[in-house]
Amino acid sequence: MTTATAPAFPTTWSRPPFIKRAWLRWTLYLGALLYMILAVGSVEVNWMRVWEGLDRGLRFIQGFLLPDFTSRWEDILIGMEESLTMAVTSTVAGVAISVPIGIGAARNIAPLPVYAICRAIIALSRSFQEIIIAILFVAMFGFGPFAGFLTLSFATIGFLAKLLAEDIEDIDESQAEAVRATGAGWWQIVTYAIQPQVMPRLIGLSLYRLDINFRESAVIGIVGAGGVGATLNTAMDRYEYDSAAAILILIILIVMAAEYSSGYVRKWLQ
Amino acid sequence: MAPVMTDTSSEQVTSGPVWRKRTTKQELALWLGWLALAAFFIFCWQIMTKTTIWAFVYDAPRQALDIGSRMVPPRWEYLPNLLEPLWDTIAIATLGTLLALFMAVPVAFLAARNTTPSTRFIRPVALLIIVSSRSINSLIWALLLVAIIGPGVMAGIVAIAFRSIGFVAKLLYEAIEEIDATQVEAVSATGASKAQIMDYAVVPQILPAFAGITVFRWDINIRESTVLGLVGAGGLGLRLQESLNVLAWPQVTIIFILILITVLVSEWVSAKVRHAII
Repeated sequence: MTTATAPAFPTTWSRPPFIKRAWLRWTLYLGALLYMILAVGSVEVNWMRVWEGLDRGLRFIQGFLLPDFTSRWEDILIGMEESLTMAVTSTVAGVAISVPIGIGAARNIAPLPVYAICRAIIALSRSFQEIIIAILFVAMFGFGPFAGFLTLSFATIGFLAKLLAEDIEDIDESQAEAVRATGAGWWQIVTYAIQPQVMPRLIGLSLYRLDINFRESAVIGIVGAGGVGATLNTAMDRYEYDSAAAILILIILIVMAAEYSSGYVRKWLQ
Repeated sequence: MAPVMTDTSSEQVTSGPVWRKRTTKQELALWLGWLALAAFFIFCWQIMTKTTIWAFVYDAPRQALDIGSRMVPPRWEYLPNLLEPLWDTIAIATLGTLLALFMAVPVAFLAARNTTPSTRFIRPVALLIIVSSRSINSLIWALLLVAIIGPGVMAGIVAIAFRSIGFVAKLLYEAIEEIDATQVEAVSATGASKAQIMDYAVVPQILPAFAGITVFRWDINIRESTVLGLVGAGGLGLRLQESLNVLAWPQVTIIFILILITVLVSEWVSAKVRHAII
Protein backbone atom coordinates (compact mmCIF):
# COMPACT_ATOMS: atom_id res chain seq x y z
CA MET A 1 0.00 0.00 0.00
CA THR A 2 1.50 3.31 -0.97
CA THR A 3 -0.01 6.49 0.35
CA ALA A 4 1.11 10.00 -0.48
CA THR A 5 3.34 10.24 2.58
CA ALA A 6 4.96 6.84 2.24
CA PRO A 7 8.34 6.70 0.52
CA ALA A 8 8.38 5.49 -3.06
CA PHE A 9 10.67 2.58 -2.27
CA PRO A 10 9.75 -0.28 0.06
CA THR A 11 11.14 0.07 3.56
CA THR A 12 10.83 -3.52 4.61
CA TRP A 13 11.98 -6.60 2.82
CA SER A 14 10.39 -9.99 2.98
CA ARG A 15 11.96 -13.01 1.46
CA PRO A 16 10.36 -14.52 -1.64
CA PRO A 17 8.20 -17.57 -0.96
CA PHE A 18 9.54 -21.01 -1.82
CA ILE A 19 6.76 -21.66 -4.33
CA LYS A 20 6.08 -18.58 -6.40
CA ARG A 21 2.55 -19.17 -7.64
CA ALA A 22 0.25 -18.26 -4.74
CA TRP A 23 -2.67 -20.54 -5.64
CA LEU A 24 -0.35 -23.53 -6.06
CA ARG A 25 1.35 -22.74 -2.77
CA TRP A 26 -1.89 -22.56 -0.81
CA THR A 27 -3.40 -25.61 -2.51
CA LEU A 28 -0.28 -27.61 -1.67
CA TYR A 29 -0.20 -26.39 1.93
CA LEU A 30 -3.91 -27.10 2.44
CA GLY A 31 -3.70 -30.48 0.74
CA ALA A 32 -0.68 -31.44 2.81
CA LEU A 33 -2.41 -30.36 6.01
CA LEU A 34 -5.57 -32.27 5.14
CA TYR A 35 -3.58 -35.37 4.29
CA MET A 36 -1.60 -35.10 7.50
CA ILE A 37 -4.77 -34.94 9.60
CA LEU A 38 -6.26 -37.95 7.80
CA ALA A 39 -3.03 -39.94 7.94
CA VAL A 40 -2.34 -39.26 11.59
CA GLY A 41 -6.00 -40.04 12.33
CA SER A 42 -5.72 -43.41 10.62
CA VAL A 43 -2.74 -44.51 12.68
CA GLU A 44 -3.99 -46.73 15.45
CA VAL A 45 -1.66 -46.90 18.39
CA ASN A 46 -2.21 -49.23 21.27
CA TRP A 47 -0.64 -47.09 23.95
CA MET A 48 -0.97 -49.86 26.54
CA ARG A 49 1.11 -52.10 24.33
CA VAL A 50 3.67 -49.33 23.80
CA TRP A 51 3.87 -48.81 27.55
CA GLU A 52 4.44 -52.51 28.13
CA GLY A 53 7.00 -52.57 25.36
CA LEU A 54 9.07 -49.75 26.82
CA ASP A 55 10.46 -52.24 29.27
CA ARG A 56 11.69 -54.34 26.34
CA GLY A 57 13.06 -51.23 24.72
CA LEU A 58 15.04 -50.57 27.85
CA ARG A 59 16.35 -54.12 27.83
CA PHE A 60 17.34 -53.65 24.23
CA ILE A 61 19.27 -50.50 25.05
CA GLN A 62 20.94 -52.41 27.86
CA GLY A 63 21.76 -55.10 25.31
CA PHE A 64 23.44 -52.45 23.17
CA LEU A 65 25.50 -51.23 26.09
CA LEU A 66 26.43 -54.77 27.12
CA PRO A 67 26.29 -56.82 23.92
CA ASP A 68 26.63 -60.56 24.30
CA PHE A 69 29.05 -61.81 21.69
CA THR A 70 29.89 -65.12 23.32
CA SER A 71 26.78 -67.25 23.86
CA ARG A 72 25.68 -67.23 20.20
CA TRP A 73 29.14 -66.70 18.74
CA GLU A 74 29.04 -69.87 16.61
CA ASP A 75 25.74 -68.88 14.98
CA ILE A 76 26.87 -65.30 14.50
CA LEU A 77 30.08 -66.50 12.89
CA ILE A 78 28.25 -68.76 10.45
CA GLY A 79 25.78 -66.00 9.63
CA MET A 80 28.53 -63.43 9.09
CA GLU A 81 30.50 -65.86 6.95
CA GLU A 82 27.45 -66.43 4.76
CA SER A 83 26.65 -62.74 4.57
CA LEU A 84 30.18 -61.71 3.61
CA THR A 85 30.67 -64.45 1.02
CA MET A 86 27.20 -63.79 -0.37
CA ALA A 87 28.02 -60.09 -0.68
CA VAL A 88 31.33 -60.76 -2.48
CA THR A 89 30.10 -63.43 -4.89
CA SER A 90 26.91 -61.58 -5.75
CA THR A 91 28.81 -58.35 -6.36
CA VAL A 92 31.30 -60.07 -8.66
CA ALA A 93 28.59 -61.95 -10.54
CA GLY A 94 26.32 -58.92 -10.64
CA VAL A 95 29.05 -56.64 -11.97
CA ALA A 96 30.08 -59.22 -14.56
CA ILE A 97 26.50 -59.39 -15.84
CA SER A 98 25.74 -55.70 -15.57
CA VAL A 99 28.73 -54.53 -17.62
CA PRO A 100 27.40 -55.92 -20.94
CA ILE A 101 23.87 -54.85 -20.03
CA GLY A 102 25.09 -51.39 -19.09
CA ILE A 103 26.94 -51.08 -22.41
CA GLY A 104 23.81 -52.25 -24.20
CA ALA A 105 21.69 -49.72 -22.35
CA ALA A 106 23.81 -46.74 -23.40
CA ARG A 107 22.07 -45.07 -26.31
CA ASN A 108 25.27 -43.66 -27.84
CA ILE A 109 26.91 -47.03 -28.52
CA ALA A 110 24.05 -49.51 -28.71
CA PRO A 111 21.50 -49.97 -31.51
CA LEU A 112 17.86 -49.34 -30.61
CA PRO A 113 16.63 -52.96 -30.22
CA VAL A 114 19.53 -53.85 -27.90
CA TYR A 115 18.97 -50.62 -26.00
CA ALA A 116 15.29 -51.38 -25.49
CA ILE A 117 15.97 -54.93 -24.24
CA CYS A 118 18.70 -53.84 -21.83
CA ARG A 119 16.63 -50.96 -20.46
CA ALA A 120 13.73 -53.38 -19.92
CA ILE A 121 15.99 -55.71 -17.92
CA ILE A 122 17.17 -52.78 -15.80
CA ALA A 123 13.63 -51.58 -15.16
CA LEU A 124 12.55 -55.08 -14.18
CA SER A 125 15.42 -55.47 -11.75
CA ARG A 126 14.94 -52.04 -10.21
CA SER A 127 11.22 -52.11 -9.71
CA PHE A 128 11.12 -54.80 -7.03
CA GLN A 129 12.58 -54.73 -3.56
CA GLU A 130 15.35 -57.21 -2.79
CA ILE A 131 13.16 -58.81 -0.19
CA ILE A 132 10.38 -59.60 -2.67
CA ILE A 133 12.84 -61.12 -5.11
CA ALA A 134 14.29 -63.08 -2.20
CA ILE A 135 10.87 -64.49 -1.36
CA LEU A 136 10.47 -65.74 -4.92
CA PHE A 137 14.00 -67.13 -5.16
CA VAL A 138 13.67 -68.89 -1.80
CA ALA A 139 10.48 -70.48 -3.07
CA MET A 140 12.30 -71.65 -6.21
CA PHE A 141 15.79 -72.52 -5.01
CA GLY A 142 15.12 -73.51 -1.42
CA PHE A 143 16.34 -71.88 1.78
CA GLY A 144 19.93 -70.78 2.20
CA PRO A 145 22.55 -68.42 0.89
CA PHE A 146 22.27 -69.56 -2.73
CA ALA A 147 18.86 -67.89 -3.04
CA GLY A 148 20.38 -64.83 -1.38
CA PHE A 149 23.27 -64.83 -3.84
CA LEU A 150 20.84 -64.87 -6.77
CA THR A 151 18.72 -62.11 -5.22
CA LEU A 152 21.64 -59.79 -4.62
CA SER A 153 23.13 -60.47 -8.06
CA PHE A 154 19.80 -59.65 -9.64
CA ALA A 155 19.47 -56.45 -7.63
CA THR A 156 23.06 -55.48 -8.48
CA ILE A 157 22.27 -55.64 -12.20
CA GLY A 158 19.57 -52.99 -12.00
CA PHE A 159 21.66 -50.67 -9.89
CA LEU A 160 24.99 -50.97 -11.63
CA ALA A 161 23.86 -51.33 -15.23
CA LYS A 162 21.71 -48.21 -14.95
CA LEU A 163 24.48 -46.06 -13.49
CA LEU A 164 27.05 -47.47 -15.92
CA ALA A 165 24.77 -46.78 -18.88
CA GLU A 166 24.24 -43.20 -17.71
CA ASP A 167 27.97 -42.81 -17.29
CA ILE A 168 28.67 -44.09 -20.79
CA GLU A 169 26.07 -41.71 -22.19
CA ASP A 170 27.82 -38.84 -20.41
CA ILE A 171 31.33 -39.54 -21.72
CA ASP A 172 33.42 -37.03 -23.59
CA GLU A 173 32.37 -37.73 -27.18
CA SER A 174 35.46 -36.13 -28.69
CA GLN A 175 37.64 -38.94 -27.35
CA ALA A 176 35.38 -41.54 -28.91
CA GLU A 177 35.42 -39.56 -32.15
CA ALA A 178 39.20 -39.36 -32.12
CA VAL A 179 39.45 -43.12 -31.75
CA ARG A 180 36.76 -43.63 -34.39
CA ALA A 181 38.70 -41.38 -36.78
CA THR A 182 41.60 -43.84 -36.72
CA GLY A 183 39.26 -46.41 -38.24
CA ALA A 184 38.62 -48.31 -35.02
CA GLY A 185 35.83 -50.85 -34.90
CA TRP A 186 33.10 -51.00 -32.25
CA TRP A 187 35.16 -53.16 -29.88
CA GLN A 188 38.16 -50.89 -30.21
CA ILE A 189 36.05 -47.83 -29.46
CA VAL A 190 34.69 -49.51 -26.34
CA THR A 191 38.12 -50.59 -25.09
CA TYR A 192 40.16 -47.50 -26.03
CA ALA A 193 37.69 -44.63 -25.82
CA ILE A 194 34.95 -45.61 -23.41
CA GLN A 195 36.47 -48.04 -20.93
CA PRO A 196 39.24 -45.67 -19.74
CA GLN A 197 36.67 -42.93 -19.15
CA VAL A 198 34.20 -44.98 -17.12
CA MET A 199 36.54 -47.40 -15.34
CA PRO A 200 37.26 -45.34 -12.19
CA ARG A 201 33.59 -44.73 -11.62
CA LEU A 202 32.72 -48.34 -12.35
CA ILE A 203 35.15 -49.52 -9.70
CA GLY A 204 33.81 -46.97 -7.24
CA LEU A 205 30.24 -48.05 -7.90
CA SER A 206 31.15 -51.73 -7.57
CA LEU A 207 32.68 -51.08 -4.15
CA TYR A 208 29.62 -49.11 -3.14
CA ARG A 209 27.42 -51.96 -4.31
CA LEU A 210 29.51 -54.43 -2.30
CA ASP A 211 28.71 -52.32 0.73
CA ILE A 212 24.99 -52.28 -0.14
CA ASN A 213 24.96 -56.01 -0.82
CA PHE A 214 26.42 -56.71 2.59
CA ARG A 215 23.80 -54.53 4.25
CA GLU A 216 21.03 -56.18 2.22
CA SER A 217 22.38 -59.64 2.99
CA ALA A 218 21.59 -58.91 6.63
CA VAL A 219 17.97 -58.36 5.66
CA ILE A 220 17.05 -61.05 3.17
CA GLY A 221 17.85 -63.67 5.82
CA ILE A 222 14.54 -62.71 7.41
CA VAL A 223 12.70 -64.48 4.58
CA GLY A 224 15.09 -67.43 4.58
CA ALA A 225 17.75 -66.41 2.08
CA GLY A 226 20.72 -67.08 4.38
CA GLY A 227 23.14 -64.69 5.95
CA VAL A 228 23.30 -63.00 9.30
CA GLY A 229 19.69 -61.80 8.97
CA ALA A 230 18.47 -65.29 9.81
CA THR A 231 20.60 -65.31 12.97
CA LEU A 232 19.32 -61.87 13.88
CA ASN A 233 15.73 -62.89 13.31
CA THR A 234 16.17 -65.93 15.53
CA ALA A 235 17.79 -63.85 18.26
CA MET A 236 14.91 -61.36 18.13
CA ASP A 237 12.29 -64.12 18.19
CA ARG A 238 13.89 -65.57 21.29
CA TYR A 239 14.07 -62.15 22.98
CA GLU A 240 17.86 -62.44 23.19
CA TYR A 241 18.36 -58.73 22.81
CA ASP A 242 21.99 -58.78 23.89
CA SER A 243 22.87 -61.23 21.11
CA ALA A 244 20.81 -59.22 18.62
CA ALA A 245 22.64 -56.08 19.70
CA ALA A 246 25.96 -57.86 19.20
CA ILE A 247 24.96 -58.73 15.61
CA LEU A 248 23.82 -55.19 14.91
CA ILE A 249 27.05 -53.75 16.30
CA LEU A 250 29.05 -56.11 14.08
CA ILE A 251 27.02 -55.05 11.04
CA ILE A 252 27.58 -51.37 11.83
CA LEU A 253 31.31 -51.92 12.31
CA ILE A 254 31.70 -53.82 9.05
CA VAL A 255 29.69 -51.23 7.13
CA MET A 256 31.81 -48.45 8.64
CA ALA A 257 35.03 -50.27 7.74
CA ALA A 258 33.77 -50.86 4.21
CA GLU A 259 32.80 -47.22 3.82
CA TYR A 260 36.18 -45.95 4.99
CA SER A 261 38.21 -48.38 2.89
CA SER A 262 36.14 -47.80 -0.24
CA GLY A 263 36.65 -44.08 0.26
CA TYR A 264 40.41 -44.65 0.27
CA VAL A 265 40.30 -46.89 -2.78
CA ARG A 266 38.29 -44.31 -4.68
CA LYS A 267 40.72 -41.55 -3.76
CA TRP A 268 43.64 -43.74 -4.81
CA LEU A 269 42.00 -44.42 -8.17
CA GLN A 270 41.62 -40.74 -9.02
CA MET B 1 37.70 -54.55 -51.63
CA ALA B 2 40.27 -53.40 -49.15
CA PRO B 3 43.12 -51.52 -50.70
CA VAL B 4 46.22 -53.65 -51.05
CA MET B 5 49.00 -52.47 -48.82
CA THR B 6 52.28 -51.71 -50.41
CA ASP B 7 55.35 -53.51 -49.15
CA THR B 8 56.99 -50.38 -47.79
CA SER B 9 54.14 -49.42 -45.50
CA SER B 10 53.76 -52.89 -44.06
CA GLU B 11 57.49 -52.96 -43.39
CA GLN B 12 57.17 -49.67 -41.57
CA VAL B 13 54.44 -51.02 -39.36
CA THR B 14 56.23 -54.23 -38.43
CA SER B 15 59.70 -52.86 -37.95
CA GLY B 16 58.96 -50.01 -35.55
CA PRO B 17 57.87 -50.52 -31.93
CA VAL B 18 54.18 -51.32 -31.72
CA TRP B 19 52.07 -48.99 -29.57
CA ARG B 20 50.52 -50.68 -26.58
CA LYS B 21 48.12 -49.35 -24.03
CA ARG B 22 50.14 -50.55 -21.03
CA THR B 23 53.71 -51.45 -20.23
CA THR B 24 54.59 -55.11 -19.69
CA LYS B 25 54.77 -54.56 -15.96
CA GLN B 26 51.35 -52.92 -15.84
CA GLU B 27 49.90 -55.72 -17.90
CA LEU B 28 51.35 -58.31 -15.54
CA ALA B 29 50.03 -56.49 -12.50
CA LEU B 30 46.62 -56.27 -14.10
CA TRP B 31 46.54 -59.98 -14.83
CA LEU B 32 47.65 -60.78 -11.31
CA GLY B 33 44.87 -58.56 -9.99
CA TRP B 34 42.26 -60.36 -12.07
CA LEU B 35 43.69 -63.72 -11.02
CA ALA B 36 43.49 -62.74 -7.35
CA LEU B 37 39.90 -61.57 -7.81
CA ALA B 38 38.93 -64.82 -9.53
CA ALA B 39 40.61 -66.88 -6.81
CA PHE B 40 38.89 -64.85 -4.11
CA PHE B 41 35.56 -65.27 -5.85
CA ILE B 42 35.96 -69.04 -6.03
CA PHE B 43 37.04 -69.13 -2.40
CA CYS B 44 33.95 -67.20 -1.32
CA TRP B 45 31.76 -69.28 -3.60
CA GLN B 46 33.00 -72.47 -1.95
CA ILE B 47 32.17 -71.18 1.52
CA MET B 48 28.82 -69.82 0.45
CA THR B 49 27.63 -72.99 -1.24
CA LYS B 50 28.78 -75.30 1.56
CA THR B 51 25.24 -75.87 2.74
CA THR B 52 23.48 -75.53 -0.61
CA ILE B 53 21.31 -78.47 -1.56
CA TRP B 54 21.96 -78.71 -5.28
CA ALA B 55 18.95 -80.92 -5.91
CA PHE B 56 16.74 -77.94 -5.07
CA VAL B 57 18.74 -75.71 -7.37
CA TYR B 58 18.45 -78.12 -10.32
CA ASP B 59 14.78 -78.42 -9.54
CA ALA B 60 14.32 -74.63 -9.65
CA PRO B 61 13.06 -74.26 -13.24
CA ARG B 62 10.27 -76.74 -12.55
CA GLN B 63 9.46 -74.94 -9.30
CA ALA B 64 9.46 -71.61 -11.08
CA LEU B 65 7.04 -72.92 -13.69
CA ASP B 66 4.87 -74.36 -10.95
CA ILE B 67 4.72 -71.10 -9.00
CA GLY B 68 4.23 -69.16 -12.21
CA SER B 69 1.25 -71.29 -13.15
CA ARG B 70 -0.22 -70.82 -9.67
CA MET B 71 0.23 -67.05 -9.83
CA VAL B 72 -2.03 -66.60 -12.87
CA PRO B 73 -4.78 -65.64 -13.13
CA PRO B 74 -4.51 -62.97 -10.42
CA ARG B 75 -7.41 -62.85 -7.99
CA TRP B 76 -8.83 -59.43 -8.76
CA GLU B 77 -11.59 -59.74 -6.15
CA TYR B 78 -8.87 -59.39 -3.53
CA LEU B 79 -8.05 -55.84 -4.62
CA PRO B 80 -10.60 -54.02 -2.36
CA ASN B 81 -8.99 -55.68 0.69
CA LEU B 82 -5.74 -53.99 -0.25
CA LEU B 83 -6.90 -50.39 -0.28
CA GLU B 84 -6.60 -49.88 3.45
CA PRO B 85 -3.10 -51.42 3.64
CA LEU B 86 -2.14 -49.23 0.68
CA TRP B 87 -3.25 -46.13 2.60
CA ASP B 88 -1.28 -47.39 5.60
CA THR B 89 1.80 -47.95 3.46
CA ILE B 90 1.70 -44.41 2.12
CA ALA B 91 1.06 -43.06 5.63
CA ILE B 92 4.04 -45.01 6.98
CA ALA B 93 6.31 -43.58 4.29
CA THR B 94 5.04 -39.99 4.58
CA LEU B 95 4.81 -39.70 8.35
CA GLY B 96 8.07 -41.64 8.72
CA THR B 97 9.83 -39.21 6.39
CA LEU B 98 8.43 -36.23 8.32
CA LEU B 99 9.45 -37.68 11.67
CA ALA B 100 12.91 -38.34 10.25
CA LEU B 101 13.24 -34.73 9.10
CA PHE B 102 12.65 -33.41 12.62
CA MET B 103 15.51 -35.55 13.91
CA ALA B 104 17.79 -35.37 10.89
CA VAL B 105 17.98 -31.59 10.56
CA PRO B 106 19.63 -30.97 13.97
CA VAL B 107 21.93 -33.95 13.41
CA ALA B 108 22.96 -32.55 10.03
CA PHE B 109 23.77 -29.13 11.48
CA LEU B 110 25.79 -30.78 14.23
CA ALA B 111 27.65 -32.91 11.70
CA ALA B 112 28.52 -30.19 9.19
CA ARG B 113 32.02 -28.79 9.75
CA ASN B 114 30.95 -25.18 9.32
CA THR B 115 27.95 -25.23 11.66
CA THR B 116 28.88 -27.74 14.35
CA PRO B 117 29.53 -26.31 17.80
CA SER B 118 32.50 -28.61 18.33
CA THR B 119 34.39 -30.64 15.74
CA ARG B 120 36.13 -32.58 18.47
CA PHE B 121 33.23 -33.94 20.48
CA ILE B 122 29.85 -33.30 18.91
CA ARG B 123 30.69 -33.96 15.25
CA PRO B 124 31.86 -37.58 15.82
CA VAL B 125 28.69 -38.29 17.79
CA ALA B 126 26.54 -36.91 14.98
CA LEU B 127 28.51 -38.95 12.44
CA LEU B 128 28.06 -42.07 14.54
CA ILE B 129 24.30 -41.50 14.62
CA ILE B 130 24.34 -41.13 10.84
CA VAL B 131 26.37 -44.30 10.24
CA SER B 132 24.34 -46.41 12.67
CA SER B 133 21.08 -45.28 11.17
CA ARG B 134 22.31 -45.89 7.64
CA SER B 135 23.82 -49.30 8.18
CA ILE B 136 20.69 -50.83 9.66
CA ASN B 137 18.01 -51.53 7.09
CA SER B 138 14.48 -50.34 7.77
CA LEU B 139 13.29 -53.95 7.93
CA ILE B 140 15.68 -54.63 10.79
CA TRP B 141 14.58 -51.44 12.51
CA ALA B 142 11.02 -52.67 12.05
CA LEU B 143 11.94 -56.05 13.49
CA LEU B 144 13.27 -54.33 16.62
CA LEU B 145 10.42 -51.87 16.92
CA VAL B 146 7.70 -54.47 16.45
CA ALA B 147 9.20 -56.28 19.42
CA ILE B 148 9.37 -53.08 21.45
CA ILE B 149 6.23 -51.07 20.65
CA GLY B 150 4.13 -53.86 19.21
CA PRO B 151 3.02 -54.67 15.67
CA GLY B 152 1.23 -52.05 13.63
CA VAL B 153 1.63 -48.90 11.61
CA MET B 154 3.38 -47.03 14.44
CA ALA B 155 6.34 -49.43 14.42
CA GLY B 156 6.59 -48.96 10.67
CA ILE B 157 6.62 -45.17 10.94
CA VAL B 158 9.35 -45.17 13.56
CA ALA B 159 11.38 -47.78 11.62
CA ILE B 160 11.22 -45.69 8.45
CA ALA B 161 12.11 -42.58 10.44
CA PHE B 162 15.14 -44.19 12.09
CA ARG B 163 16.44 -45.49 8.80
CA SER B 164 15.91 -42.14 7.08
CA ILE B 165 17.74 -40.02 9.66
CA GLY B 166 21.14 -41.16 8.46
CA PHE B 167 20.32 -40.78 4.78
CA VAL B 168 18.79 -37.31 5.08
CA ALA B 169 21.35 -36.05 7.59
CA LYS B 170 24.29 -37.27 5.49
CA LEU B 171 23.13 -35.61 2.28
CA LEU B 172 22.05 -32.50 4.16
CA TYR B 173 25.31 -32.00 6.03
CA GLU B 174 27.21 -32.39 2.77
CA ALA B 175 24.98 -29.68 1.32
CA ILE B 176 25.62 -27.47 4.35
CA GLU B 177 29.35 -27.91 4.00
CA GLU B 178 29.17 -26.86 0.36
CA ILE B 179 27.36 -23.56 0.93
CA ASP B 180 28.77 -20.30 -0.38
CA ALA B 181 30.66 -18.71 2.52
CA THR B 182 30.52 -15.23 1.01
CA GLN B 183 26.77 -15.06 1.53
CA VAL B 184 27.22 -15.94 5.18
CA GLU B 185 29.85 -13.24 5.43
CA ALA B 186 27.59 -10.70 3.75
CA VAL B 187 24.75 -11.35 6.16
CA SER B 188 27.01 -11.35 9.20
CA ALA B 189 28.49 -8.03 8.00
CA THR B 190 25.05 -6.45 8.47
CA GLY B 191 25.36 -7.22 12.18
CA ALA B 192 23.10 -10.25 12.12
CA SER B 193 23.03 -12.56 15.11
CA LYS B 194 23.95 -16.24 14.91
CA ALA B 195 20.30 -17.23 14.52
CA GLN B 196 19.74 -14.60 11.85
CA ILE B 197 22.80 -15.78 9.92
CA MET B 198 21.37 -19.28 10.02
CA ASP B 199 17.96 -18.03 8.93
CA TYR B 200 19.00 -15.68 6.13
CA ALA B 201 22.34 -17.02 4.87
CA VAL B 202 22.52 -20.76 5.51
CA VAL B 203 18.95 -22.01 5.31
CA PRO B 204 18.02 -20.38 1.96
CA GLN B 205 21.10 -21.93 0.37
CA ILE B 206 20.30 -25.47 1.47
CA LEU B 207 16.53 -25.29 1.08
CA PRO B 208 16.40 -26.62 -2.51
CA ALA B 209 18.76 -29.46 -1.61
CA PHE B 210 16.71 -30.16 1.48
CA ALA B 211 13.47 -30.36 -0.48
CA GLY B 212 15.10 -32.57 -3.09
CA ILE B 213 16.52 -34.93 -0.48
CA THR B 214 13.17 -35.12 1.29
CA VAL B 215 11.26 -36.09 -1.82
CA PHE B 216 13.98 -38.54 -2.84
CA ARG B 217 13.87 -40.23 0.55
CA TRP B 218 10.08 -40.26 0.51
CA ASP B 219 10.23 -42.16 -2.77
CA ILE B 220 12.64 -44.71 -1.26
CA ASN B 221 10.47 -44.95 1.84
CA ILE B 222 7.39 -45.80 -0.21
CA ARG B 223 9.40 -48.67 -1.67
CA GLU B 224 10.55 -49.85 1.72
CA SER B 225 7.23 -49.44 3.49
CA THR B 226 5.56 -51.81 1.03
CA VAL B 227 7.47 -54.71 2.57
CA LEU B 228 7.70 -53.64 6.22
CA GLY B 229 4.56 -55.62 6.93
CA LEU B 230 6.55 -58.84 6.43
CA VAL B 231 7.82 -58.42 9.99
CA GLY B 232 4.48 -57.11 11.28
CA ALA B 233 4.85 -53.36 10.85
CA GLY B 234 1.67 -52.72 8.89
CA GLY B 235 0.91 -51.86 5.28
CA LEU B 236 0.83 -53.98 2.15
CA GLY B 237 3.53 -56.32 3.42
CA LEU B 238 1.14 -57.59 6.08
CA ARG B 239 -1.24 -58.85 3.42
CA LEU B 240 1.72 -60.24 1.47
CA GLN B 241 2.84 -62.21 4.50
CA GLU B 242 -0.69 -63.52 5.09
CA SER B 243 -1.05 -64.59 1.48
CA LEU B 244 2.38 -66.22 1.41
CA ASN B 245 1.65 -68.13 4.60
CA VAL B 246 -1.39 -69.78 3.06
CA LEU B 247 0.34 -70.09 -0.35
CA ALA B 248 -2.37 -67.98 -1.97
CA TRP B 249 -0.27 -67.19 -5.03
CA PRO B 250 -3.06 -65.47 -7.03
CA GLN B 251 -3.34 -62.94 -4.18
CA VAL B 252 0.44 -62.54 -4.12
CA THR B 253 0.31 -61.60 -7.80
CA ILE B 254 -2.21 -58.84 -7.08
CA ILE B 255 -0.07 -57.51 -4.24
CA PHE B 256 3.03 -57.52 -6.46
CA ILE B 257 1.18 -55.63 -9.16
CA LEU B 258 -0.07 -53.08 -6.64
CA ILE B 259 3.41 -52.64 -5.15
CA LEU B 260 4.83 -52.18 -8.64
CA ILE B 261 2.25 -49.52 -9.51
CA THR B 262 2.75 -47.71 -6.17
CA VAL B 263 6.52 -47.67 -6.63
CA LEU B 264 6.27 -46.43 -10.22
CA VAL B 265 3.83 -43.67 -9.27
CA SER B 266 5.94 -42.53 -6.33
CA GLU B 267 9.03 -42.52 -8.54
CA TRP B 268 7.21 -40.43 -11.11
CA VAL B 269 5.96 -37.98 -8.47
CA SER B 270 9.40 -37.60 -6.92
CA ALA B 271 11.04 -37.11 -10.32
CA LYS B 272 8.47 -34.42 -11.19
CA VAL B 273 8.87 -32.60 -7.90
CA ARG B 274 12.66 -32.72 -7.98
CA HIS B 275 12.59 -31.47 -11.56
CA ALA B 276 10.40 -28.56 -10.46
CA ILE B 277 12.73 -27.69 -7.58
CA ILE B 278 16.09 -27.95 -9.30
